Amino acid sequence: MTALSRLKSWEGLLLALLLVILFFNVTDSPFFLGVGNIVNLFQLSIEKIIVALIMTLIIISGEIDLSVASVMGLAACVMAWLFQMGTPFPLALLAAVASGAVAGLFNGFWIAYVGLPSLAVTLAGLIGYRGIARILVEDRAIGGYPEWFNTLGQQPTFGPLTLSIVIFFVLLILVVVVLHRSALGRLIYVIGNSPNAARYSGVRVKRVKMALFVASGIISAIAGVLYAARLGSVRGDMAQGFELDIITIVLLGGVSIFGGSGNLVGVGLSILVILNLRNGMGLANITGNTQTSVIGALLIVSVLLPNMAQLIRNKWRGSET
Amino acid sequence: MNWLQRRVRPEQIRELSLLLLIVVAVIIFGSLIDGYYTSRTFNRIASSVAIITVVAAGQTLVVLTRNIDLSVGSIVGCTAYFTGSLIAANNGLPPILAALVAIALGTLMGSINGVLVAWGRVPSIIVTLGSLAIYRGILIEYSGAKTVTTDSLPAWLVDLPQNALFTIGGLEFRTMVVLAIVVVIIFQLATSLLSFFRRFYAIGSNPEAASLIGLPAQRMIFTSFVLSGALSGLAGFLFLARFGNITVEAGRGLELQVVAAVVVGGVNIFGGSGTIFGAMLGGVMIGTLEQSLFRLGISEFWRDAILGLLILLAVASDAVILNRLRALWARSDLKLIDKTAALPGAASGTSSR
Repeated sequence: MTALSRLKSWEGLLLALLLVILFFNVTDSPFFLGVGNIVNLFQLSIEKIIVALIMTLIIISGEIDLSVASVMGLAACVMAWLFQMGTPFPLALLAAVASGAVAGLFNGFWIAYVGLPSLAVTLAGLIGYRGIARILVEDRAIGGYPEWFNTLGQQPTFGPLTLSIVIFFVLLILVVVVLHRSALGRLIYVIGNSPNAARYSGVRVKRVKMALFVASGIISAIAGVLYAARLGSVRGDMAQGFELDIITIVLLGGVSIFGGSGNLVGVGLSILVILNLRNGMGLANITGNTQTSVIGALLIVSVLLPNMAQLIRNKWRGSET
Repeated sequence: MNWLQRRVRPEQIRELSLLLLIVVAVIIFGSLIDGYYTSRTFNRIASSVAIITVVAAGQTLVVLTRNIDLSVGSIVGCTAYFTGSLIAANNGLPPILAALVAIALGTLMGSINGVLVAWGRVPSIIVTLGSLAIYRGILIEYSGAKTVTTDSLPAWLVDLPQNALFTIGGLEFRTMVVLAIVVVIIFQLATSLLSFFRRFYAIGSNPEAASLIGLPAQRMIFTSFVLSGALSGLAGFLFLARFGNITVEAGRGLELQVVAAVVVGGVNIFGGSGTIFGAMLGGVMIGTLEQSLFRLGISEFWRDAILGLLILLAVASDAVILNRLRALWARSDLKLIDKTAALPGAASGTSSR
């Protein structure tokens, strides 16, 4: 069985799953297909799915970034802290995004240029960046931002769509073009499949990895600021634990944790599956924690099932010959 | 230099330098904090490190086989809560039986992880990310957000953290701490002496070679997760004893501290090298910093930032310094081989004439 047909069947499976969930949701509630509910569906997890896009590229390149949620928190806290110190708000926003870029540079330096494992470096980042965020904000909740900031985070600005949703779709197009329509995208796959082969054939592996981690830092920071705008106040533990959901989305989309395979069609379907599943369970009065458990189980099963199918197929073939 | 190289391995230098670092840290803190060298400081650090160390011992075994167990925080939370509510319902339960219940529950949860990783062939980071969420979800769903309270627990359990088994020079060795030390000693001896436990190293450092010589990789990976679960269960019991009040949030985020201890302790995240003793030192280093910074009056908000930096330093020093040392050791090994080969009369020299 070729990798291509397996991938195809994987996306087929996700699509079937999505249709089943949609069917249940539509029969469950007549309001499900309303524009309001669909916008709401995206809006409730919008920051996570924005970060999931860049995480897809990082995991395909064979690395992982566990620090994204802490960078989200860090950026929001930098913004809140500067704002509280009396810095003009636009400058505070800029500094927040810059803090994400610095965090990404820091991760990228150790991973790409020193050659440390990204699992360990970004684990240190997960703890360390959260620590810096805590130092800045301590245990306060900082609010009182300009009116337009909160409006931008909460109210629809483009027709029925909010700014975050527009940013998500712009980014989605950008990432699709980079990964599936550009030379850089092919390099990311090559690096994920075999970093040594990539290096010997003249790919600037270090530079690509560095670029990916800086992009991850910047996008996480933007997502963090958007999250702050949506909530209207910033706390030190903001976005804590989000990395779990984000990685789950990417892996459920059929991206291999070992790098080198997966695509954005799968991740897009996986985003829809998870959003609709959460929404549907919410409509059926299932609590958030149980929802997380169900998604955790889905994550395991999503990798287990194809493995088991492969095993059974091999056994069956073995007995035939 | 040759003398030194024959007696110590680079990994031991790594552990010795960590030990030295802990001593230096203690001396620095001692000069900054009045009354630092007291049994109170020792007790505080020791009881905060005990739980992490027990979990880290199991985590080390998992990491040695090139896997990771992120579900330990949830296992500790589940076992602490369920054992706690069991004891609260039957106060007459014998202590040993209560501890065994906790260990059994942890073993069960660990073996579910193990089956999925070893025979389901699902990468461990996926399995344990999933079971982290599932075990926590089961706990929250089952408990109905109720809390196990200290006054519902029998006296022997509440007093356990304060019980001193024996005292050396004013330093109390409390039951929990002794238990953690015993766990470390047992597993350190096992992993350095027993061939069964040496297989963890073999599988982690070269999986292909290990399978070529017929080591049962799947069974060993399963075993490592079972042991990690069992030790997390024991830690859950200790957690219950130490805190008494157990909410559904118990042990959340513990996996990060445990992985941090293991990494700082010099266990290679890619498997195959590192020791239980090192993991314990990692835990001690983190615990010492945590408690001492608190005493220094540095706000607790600094703790995480420093911990993150410490992990990074540990990993970077591993990559840069340890690799150099290994290369140095390997080179001198080669020289030694050359010398013995060049000795006149060695090997076949005299007998063939």
